[in-house]
Amino acid sequence: MAISTSTSPDGAPGTAPPDGTGTGAERQRRRTLLHRLDVHGAPYAFVAPFFVVFAAFSFYPLIYTSWISLHRVELSTLNVMEWVGFDNYTALWEDDRFWNALLNTFTIGVLSTVPQLMMALGLAHLLNYQLRGSTFFRVAALTPYATSVGAAALVFTMLFERDFGMINWMLSLVGIDNIDFENNKWAAQTAISTIVIWRWTGYNALLYLAAMQAIPRDRYEAAAIDGASRWQQFLKVTVPGIRSTIVFTIVLSTIGATQLFGEPLIFGQGPNGITGGADNQYQTLGLLLYEEGWKNYQMGRAATVAWAMFLLLIVLFVVQRVVKRVLARKA
Amino acid sequence: MTTDSIPVRTADAPPKSARKTGKSAPPGGRSRQLFRHPGAGRQHHAGPLAYILLGIAALFSLFPLYWTMVAASSDNTRVTQTPPPFLPGPHLLDNLGKAWQDAALGKAMLNSLIVAGVIALSTVLFATLAGFAFAKLRFKGRNILLMLVIGTMLVPPQLGVVPLFMMMTELGWGQQLPAVIFPTLVSAVGVFFMRQYLSEALPDELVEAGRVDGAHSLRIFWSIVLPIARPPMAVLFMITFVHAWNDFFWPFIVLDMSNPTVPVALTQLSAGYVRDQSLIMAGALLGTLPLLAMFIVFGRQIVGGIMQGAVKG
Repeated sequence: MAISTSTSPDGAPGTAPPDGTGTGAERQRRRTLLHRLDVHGAPYAFVAPFFVVFAAFSFYPLIYTSWISLHRVELSTLNVMEWVGFDNYTALWEDDRFWNALLNTFTIGVLSTVPQLMMALGLAHLLNYQLRGSTFFRVAALTPYATSVGAAALVFTMLFERDFGMINWMLSLVGIDNIDFENNKWAAQTAISTIVIWRWTGYNALLYLAAMQAIPRDRYEAAAIDGASRWQQFLKVTVPGIRSTIVFTIVLSTIGATQLFGEPLIFGQGPNGITGGADNQYQTLGLLLYEEGWKNYQMGRAATVAWAMFLLLIVLFVVQRVVKRVLARKA
Repeated sequence: MTTDSIPVRTADAPPKSARKTGKSAPPGGRSRQLFRHPGAGRQHHAGPLAYILLGIAALFSLFPLYWTMVAASSDNTRVTQTPPPFLPGPHLLDNLGKAWQDAALGKAMLNSLIVAGVIALSTVLFATLAGFAFAKLRFKGRNILLMLVIGTMLVPPQLGVVPLFMMMTELGWGQQLPAVIFPTLVSAVGVFFMRQYLSEALPDELVEAGRVDGAHSLRIFWSIVLPIARPPMAVLFMITFVHAWNDFFWPFIVLDMSNPTVPVALTQLSAGYVRDQSLIMAGALLGTLPLLAMFIVFGRQIVGGIMQGAVKG
């Protein structure tokens, strides 16, 4: 793709063969023309593949989703689209499952994101010490990131098993009765959050660590001279020093949380997976989208859920911006 | 002998002693290196508590994987007993073989290898091209386009699945690997990552020199950028490979059990009503092994790569 833009003018305009026959001035002129074309055209050719693929497989579908959400489309007859206006939206608005899924997405999101980022911050702080075997600890922290949702969810589903699971066994050691992690709403949501926390804490810790290492050392010296304790240095130098990274991870985890799909699906162990438990107690928006589209065969409704997710994200970002601005004003 | 050992030690030594030895060392390269570790707050040597906490964190990270192995090497009755087993049993190979067959993991592995390999290759190629353009070439709209790239990171893939599924069905790609591959051929994170690296690691003078010598842009890319960009390209390849291998949502929707990737095939293991836990764990272990092997070999580089790609405060 890139080659064609820089070389095709080479052959096309020149009626004479490229070498030999043309006069020196003519050749010179053509070379500068080619050079100009290359300098001005090549950058676009280099960035084009990204935008072409993104436009075709992300942007166009995103827009098309809204069009589909105004229709009744069945999975078995995808080419038949019946205009229904905003019916899907009003139906969604009146659907208890939607509000339930929205709330679940939110609570699981908070349960998984907040501890995850706090722990990542602490872990990064520890990894930032002068450390023997630092490579081992870093790689160990990142290893869960290498496991698939599938494998991780399967293992944790088993660890959280009601009758023989290891976690209930450990709880029994301290005198806590067996918890039915599958059927108890909060226990299930906690278990699902644990899977997310396990997979992503190390990854976020490494992002924080990278940012921490970029903090100029004299800030710590100045704080130490002012008599700041290590804890105060952490709060007043480290955390503000990596603020943009923290915002970055909050944004990424928020997006991840609104998309949550594989963990609850597999945690439900087959039949109960798609509905998010027998009582939808841990059905997320991602699962609802799948249920509407691929279990109830209503693609239009699935598209409506997708748009609701998008709106939710926008609302979250607006809230985040407002909070950030308020905090900045306070500081 | 002692003078030789000093710089080696100082890399790990507590800051105070480093400063002391720094003073006594003769001026030159070595002492300059020592002075780079003044007694600032964050250079504290880790105390026992830090090691204990890190040990717990490492245990938390690694234990589920270890236990997968324990369960995969036991039979079902042993896995489901209380207290649960903590040591590997004798049935590892049996279970791996059975899981391999039950979940059709052979085909799934091949599919995942193809999908992850193609996606990683194309992501690296296009990210390096675009990253080079954004880092070193001047063109109109560069900043706006870069903002667009970053902005696309905020669009979750979920939002487009319904039309994407319809597109793939129309193209006749349902249940086919291209349906998984095409939507992820490029990555905004990758473009951003390469741009960050090349803006720092590739001197402007080198590009200028290439221009003066009459090389066209693609030639400069091929002969100057590629050799310099090799290390981050390797890292980006591995990170993308891990992501593509583990991707679940879209492959789960567009592929079925007749032609799955590994994560999709794994759901098959737990979907039945009669569940053999040790078999499930054997499958999970198999699905994770290739990436674990990659982590054991290239862990340090992957860690370094993720840290390099981070937004620095």
